Amino acid sequence: MTAAELSAEARKRRRSLITPEGIDLRLEIASVGQRLGALTIDLLIIIGVIIGFTVFSMVVLGAMGRTSGEMVAVIWLLGLFLLRNGYFLAFEMSARAATPGKRAMGLRVAARDGGRLRFEAIFTRNVLRELELFLPLSAMLAIPLSGGGGDVDGWIYVLGLVWCAVFVFLPLFNADKLRAGDLVAGTWVLRAPRQKLLRDMADDNAAHQPNLVFTPAQLDAYGIKELQVLEQVLRTRDKPTVRAVADRIAAKIDFARGDVTDLEFLRAYYHAIRGRLESRLLMGRRRKDKFDLS
Amino acid sequence: MSELQLKSQRFRREREEDWRRLEKLVDKAEKRSAGALSDADILAMPVLYRSTLSALSVARATSLDQALIEYLESLAARAYFFVYGSRSTPLERLTAFFAHDWPLGVRSMWRETLIALAVTLLGAGVAWGLIASDPDWFYGFVNPGLAGERDPTASAAALRATLYHQEGSEGLSFFATMLFTHNASVALTAFALGFALGVPTIIILLMNGAMLGAMLHVFFSKGVGFEFGGWLLIHGVTELFAIVLAGAAGLRIGWAVAFPGDRSRLVSVSDAGRGAGAAMMGVVIMLMLAGLLEGFGRQLISSDLLRYAIAAGTAVIWGAYFYAPRPARMAR
Repeated sequence: MTAAELSAEARKRRRSLITPEGIDLRLEIASVGQRLGALTIDLLIIIGVIIGFTVFSMVVLGAMGRTSGEMVAVIWLLGLFLLRNGYFLAFEMSARAATPGKRAMGLRVAARDGGRLRFEAIFTRNVLRELELFLPLSAMLAIPLSGGGGDVDGWIYVLGLVWCAVFVFLPLFNADKLRAGDLVAGTWVLRAPRQKLLRDMADDNAAHQPNLVFTPAQLDAYGIKELQVLEQVLRTRDKPTVRAVADRIAAKIDFARGDVTDLEFLRAYYHAIRGRLESRLLMGRRRKDKFDLS
Repeated sequence: MSELQLKSQRFRREREEDWRRLEKLVDKAEKRSAGALSDADILAMPVLYRSTLSALSVARATSLDQALIEYLESLAARAYFFVYGSRSTPLERLTAFFAHDWPLGVRSMWRETLIALAVTLLGAGVAWGLIASDPDWFYGFVNPGLAGERDPTASAAALRATLYHQEGSEGLSFFATMLFTHNASVALTAFALGFALGVPTIIILLMNGAMLGAMLHVFFSKGVGFEFGGWLLIHGVTELFAIVLAGAAGLRIGWAVAFPGDRSRLVSVSDAGRGAGAAMMGVVIMLMLAGLLEGFGRQLISSDLLRYAIAAGTAVIWGAYFYAPRPARMAR
């Protein structure tokens, strides 16, 4: 149930990108939660660096005395400016097209038209961050602190917050999860995690055992969806699950296992059913699941 | 053993080495940079990428090994971004930016630039008129902290003194840096606010113009207008031009959001964003130069004529750089 819901959710976020070679890469749009996570990591890094940098500047100032004070101040001011505006720029310019936060979440920035990601686009999407993030933040902090008096100020404050909220919450209201910066720059944020090549579970069925032969009828009991669940079970190899699944399958296909262990039985069955489904695939018949009787 | 093997298993075994090689190359390129790849790697990359892509389409059609398909999808996408992404070096991009993208971006928004200029002048005119009728308006337009002793009550001599005070070079670099970061933030905000249909951008331009008009009135009414012109324009040509351009870029975005024309709003906005983004990067550079001129040039040069000469020089340079006709750009 939950797995089905999850895959439906993932399908909703799937976008097709046809390469010039004519193959659909089936990319996945990053969810708002993932992007929020990435942003949080980035902001924590920035704040950490600012604190470290400030402390370092003070120490240098203390050590070198007032004569070099101006130089330290200049470097400090420029450093803050660069950090605020250059952090996202520099990292998104790199080959990975992602800040450390995005890297941690397996995200990257890409041009919406599938072309190359231009420098102007990165610049624009990060300048608009000013509007979406820093401006609302400073507005929220500054106005109550300044202690504005009358009712009018209060109303203006509320209006300002609503105004900001439109931009802040923009990603929640469109299918591609675009924020204002993405809209203007023509970019979007995709999930492109590094994936390891996992073992082929069919490789485990090393030896051909004469007591593990299945009839065509026994192999027709399941479709591709069940095969993939079985692949997952074999990969995790959780003992109770393996036992339960083996019992269930043996009962369904009416197979006398004799002294074969659960794992061996499942491996052999996985191998056999995959062979059968794949050869039907070659004939152009893709049997989705066990209810698909075509 | 071999007759037991599935076709998809054999397929995977035969191609696996290529995929691992591509994975290693992409890893290397992503971890370090495109420059970390040797010539042989660069040549091998597209070939490996295409073979991986075709393996992906074969696997989708013939294999039921879920792990394999997921791996190939992720690898193909990562390689795609590298192969079709930008592989130009930072230096090439920088050259292209200065030679084409920046002037082109500025030139393409000449209409918005004129509007932004008109709005600024309108702000200045209104402020001038209001202050002429009642000097108290001055405090409505100019932040007292910024004005210092330059307000309507000051005498001509005091005003003149503020234009030429020599504080040596002490404190100048900090001053210049502060001016630059402040102005750059204002300009970037003006641009970003353009997305809100351009209205806040116009307000920022009006306020900026009003402040200018207020200061102009104070100095001209006391008869030190000529000297004030030199003081202002030595960096003001660059700085005001940059702020007008930032406003123009914001207006362009706002216009594209409000009136997309025949195209979809999304396409219209991202098209406008491209040119305006290049112009905005230029604006930041202009403000950096203005900050230097203001912090150093103005404080060290106190001759009016020299100040005017520098102002005229910067005006000619910027005008020629942005708007002078140049040979058509080669198609990339």
